[in-house]
Amino acid sequence: MADAAENQAVPTEDESRRDFLLHATLATGAVGVVVSMWPLINSMNPAADTLALSSVEASLAGLEEGQAITISWRGKPVFVRYRTAAEIEQARSERWQDMPDPQPDEERVQNDKYLIVVGVCTHLGCIPLGQKTTETRGDFGGYFCPCHGSHYDLSARIRRGPAPTNLEVPEYTFLSETNIRIG
Amino acid sequence: MSTEKGWGMQAFDWFEERLPIVSFIDHSIGSKYPAPKNLNYYWNFGSLALFIMVVLIMTGILLAMSYTPHVDHAFQSVERIMRDVNSGWLLRYMHANGASFFFIVVYIHIFRGLYYGSYKAPREVLWWLGIIIMLLMMATAFMGYVLPWGQMSFWGATVITNLFSAIPIIGDEIVTLLWGGFSVDNPTLNRFFALHYLMPFVLVGVVVLHIWALHIPGSNNPLGIEATPKDKIPFHPYYTSKDAFGVGVFLLAYFTVVFWFPNAMGHTDNYIPANPLSTPAHIVPEWYFLPFYAILRSIDDKLTGVILMFGSILILFVIPWLDTSRVRSATFRPIFKVLFWIFLIDCMVLGWCGSQLPEGIPLILTRVGTFWYFFHFLVLMPVIGWIETPKPLPTSISTPVVAKPAE
Repeated sequence: MADAAENQAVPTEDESRRDFLLHATLATGAVGVVVSMWPLINSMNPAADTLALSSVEASLAGLEEGQAITISWRGKPVFVRYRTAAEIEQARSERWQDMPDPQPDEERVQNDKYLIVVGVCTHLGCIPLGQKTTETRGDFGGYFCPCHGSHYDLSARIRRGPAPTNLEVPEYTFLSETNIRIG
Repeated sequence: MSTEKGWGMQAFDWFEERLPIVSFIDHSIGSKYPAPKNLNYYWNFGSLALFIMVVLIMTGILLAMSYTPHVDHAFQSVERIMRDVNSGWLLRYMHANGASFFFIVVYIHIFRGLYYGSYKAPREVLWWLGIIIMLLMMATAFMGYVLPWGQMSFWGATVITNLFSAIPIIGDEIVTLLWGGFSVDNPTLNRFFALHYLMPFVLVGVVVLHIWALHIPGSNNPLGIEATPKDKIPFHPYYTSKDAFGVGVFLLAYFTVVFWFPNAMGHTDNYIPANPLSTPAHIVPEWYFLPFYAILRSIDDKLTGVILMFGSILILFVIPWLDTSRVRSATFRPIFKVLFWIFLIDCMVLGWCGSQLPEGIPLILTRVGTFWYFFHFLVLMPVIGWIETPKPLPTSISTPVVAKPAE
């Protein structure tokens, strides 16, 4: 009887050992497969030459008060607007705390005169209107996206419509009084 | 013993013993596959979809031989196909309109399934595979529309890929991964071309599974009751000839559009080369996406809109359980039948709303239509199944036909 019990015990122990080996092997294999997928997926991310084109320099010297220019950066338009004193005043007088994406105008500009934002609607990526004088600037005087009806104000903050956030302020530096580098 | 068989028959038997492919086809869509004898013309649309898929793959492969997937050359290469490549205009118009007709046929096929309860037990997996086919079709059609690199191509690609930016936290990283850059650009066009070529073959694989899943329970029928062997006829020659007639009628409609109205279902703005710095004043997707586009815009919140849009398709996966009635065919369900037609009209109204600017009356209609879409599936389907009294079901498919003269 003792023999029989021992004979039974041995296979059980053996099985649990085999189970462990089996599960460990499967787990190692699964981790290996997942890790090996990463370079394949990552190959779809921006390539080195695409990343190399990620900064651009521009001169604002020709820009007069009230005018705007569009600079192409990373395949996207960057809106630069030389705001009038009245426009700056309007952007700063409104209560920013109550806006959908609350942010004061002071945080969104380096030089009060120049509003510099990425001209891509934060809803689904259309180019908002308002850069040209003939275009509608929406109900808040800044930009208006015709695709799904988002209104932006004179600080390019979202005020009404489906867009979740303000127009993005790109990373930029003033190289001189009128020269900027974006990116 | 085989003296009566000619050498041709012997060679055939020799081959069949080694690879029984002919009998496999015969059992799949031939004389050994019994189908209910009362199928009406709505049952033509499955095989018709298969036919169009083959047309699309054939014309697509030939178009790919003349197309250049590069932002500087794509638009010109499509124009070259239209002007210089032999029959290039025909290939392109057959391909572009073929996609539209593929959706027309598949949408009829889907509404057929909704009316006759083809999604109910034991055909749930068959239904699921159908939804996966629709999703693959949508992805393939969307990426194909990007390839000519016109204004609608570019901005359609921008808007649709931006849908993924609504995903919390990792949304922007996913969009960059999809683009292969910081905006829709050459890497995007290249990968869309690669995927547009790949996905039809994935689609073919799922279609094979769809047909396999169909063959386990067999076709549903307009009465929605189980068909006994007595109520069935061989697929070949009965339904092969009926389907062939359907293909003939289809070709009349298809080539009327290809020859005389080839751009009726397209958008003129796509004949303007893509310009990343200027969005067209009014961007709309292809007509077959309009109801879903309307649902996307029904709400002033990005994430909710995206969830509703994807949800409007994903909800189809669970309707075998949302529909609590065990009667399949709407023929015997007086309330459900009315609701079916209201739902169909609702989808068409949403389609119209999707083509309009989201303001004023279209916006109100969009919101009502979106509400009804989900109300139909989530509330009406289960509730009607409980409270409705279905009409008496015939005992067999032959009964309603042969019982009358006997009376």
